[in-house]
Amino acid sequence: MAKTVDQYLDDLRGTRVWRSIFRSGTGSSTLKRALAIQQNVFLHLFSTKVRTRMLSFSATWYLGTLTLGTFLILVATGIPLMFYYHPSVPQAYADTKDLQFVVSSGLFLRNLHRWSAHAMVFLVFAHMFKVFYRGAYRTPREFNWVIGVILLLMTLLLSYTGYLLPWDQLAYWAITVGSNIASAVPVMGEKIHFLLLGGNAVNANALLRFYVLHCMILPLAAMFFVAIHFWRIRKDGGLYSHDSEPAALRANVATDAAPAKEAQ
Amino acid sequence: MADETIKNDEVNRRQFFMKLGLGSLSIAAAGTAAFSYQYLEPNVLFEPSPVVNAGKPDRYPLDSVTLDVNSGIYIVHSQEGYFSLSAVCTHLGCLTAWKPELNMIACPCHGSKFEQSGKKIEGPAPKPLPWKRIWLNDDGDLLVDRSTDVQAQARDSFVRV
Repeated sequence: MAKTVDQYLDDLRGTRVWRSIFRSGTGSSTLKRALAIQQNVFLHLFSTKVRTRMLSFSATWYLGTLTLGTFLILVATGIPLMFYYHPSVPQAYADTKDLQFVVSSGLFLRNLHRWSAHAMVFLVFAHMFKVFYRGAYRTPREFNWVIGVILLLMTLLLSYTGYLLPWDQLAYWAITVGSNIASAVPVMGEKIHFLLLGGNAVNANALLRFYVLHCMILPLAAMFFVAIHFWRIRKDGGLYSHDSEPAALRANVATDAAPAKEAQ
Repeated sequence: MADETIKNDEVNRRQFFMKLGLGSLSIAAAGTAAFSYQYLEPNVLFEPSPVVNAGKPDRYPLDSVTLDVNSGIYIVHSQEGYFSLSAVCTHLGCLTAWKPELNMIACPCHGSKFEQSGKKIEGPAPKPLPWKRIWLNDDGDLLVDRSTDVQAQARDSFVRV
């Protein structure tokens, strides 16, 4: 008798190689499913159990997940873009044009990178509005709100540093204006301006610095804080925390639940 | 057994080495921070010289304002003589432009307006456009030092030919 696809998959999951990689093993018992999450380095950042209600669209509008999605698209499109882009004054603008008109799929990759960047900024704001109006920043999740603010800053800095890379008029003057805003910082403003640009004006050093910030330092820092952000969701009681509801609402739930308990 | 009770202000051997170790690490960390800061601050800049050769004075007709886009300065030939003005907006560093039809200098970024003497007409720029040191060299060329501000309208801020 022929085996079904599911049976083949089950056989595969039973093999020694598979079991050496995924230790939790086959089966759909609650324990096995919990272990599958808890023993995976990526999934263990998330709660082992989630109420299905919290996975419905209405609960979060998936805004945080969508933000992560745009971030992953940005990484996946940004790395190939680096193969054709030289962060140097004579080449940067020409390379950007080549990506647009000469390189196969360059136009697609660049536009995907650009639109995802716009979408990410929009989604970060939408996510923060949702969290704010839903009151999801309340105890015990205050610290995750702080991490969220840092991630907003990371998103804006990534946008800002990426803006210079095409090295066109818009890029040049936007960074001139933006870096001059940095010199308005009291006492150390001029120093920050000089260190940020690696000179007194937007020039070769500034282009290279922004490139390194955009492609290495800021994405790594963002990933670091994203990991903390997800871990904290789990540690602060999941996507929904009864403790963070207003006192009045908590009291209502308590009285609703009380008669049922008496009936037992 | 020897009396091992230690007074509060005394340091035993373990605490001493702990402090020595942590102290050395702190000094090393501070040194690394200082070196990192120095490393990030370039010692040599490959930037254009602040002194610009603006050519012969007769290039600039009387009552004219001429922008040099590359060096970011104006050469103004007024009745009192030649003077030089920074073309970099004092607001956020955009390059301003001379508008002959309006008889004023205007910034395309946020709309600041200046007189031909650099005096501010309208913000958001907080300050007037600074005057720059201008002089004639031995070949009779106008030189401007962009790194040196001079007093506006002062007698020796002009070059007379």
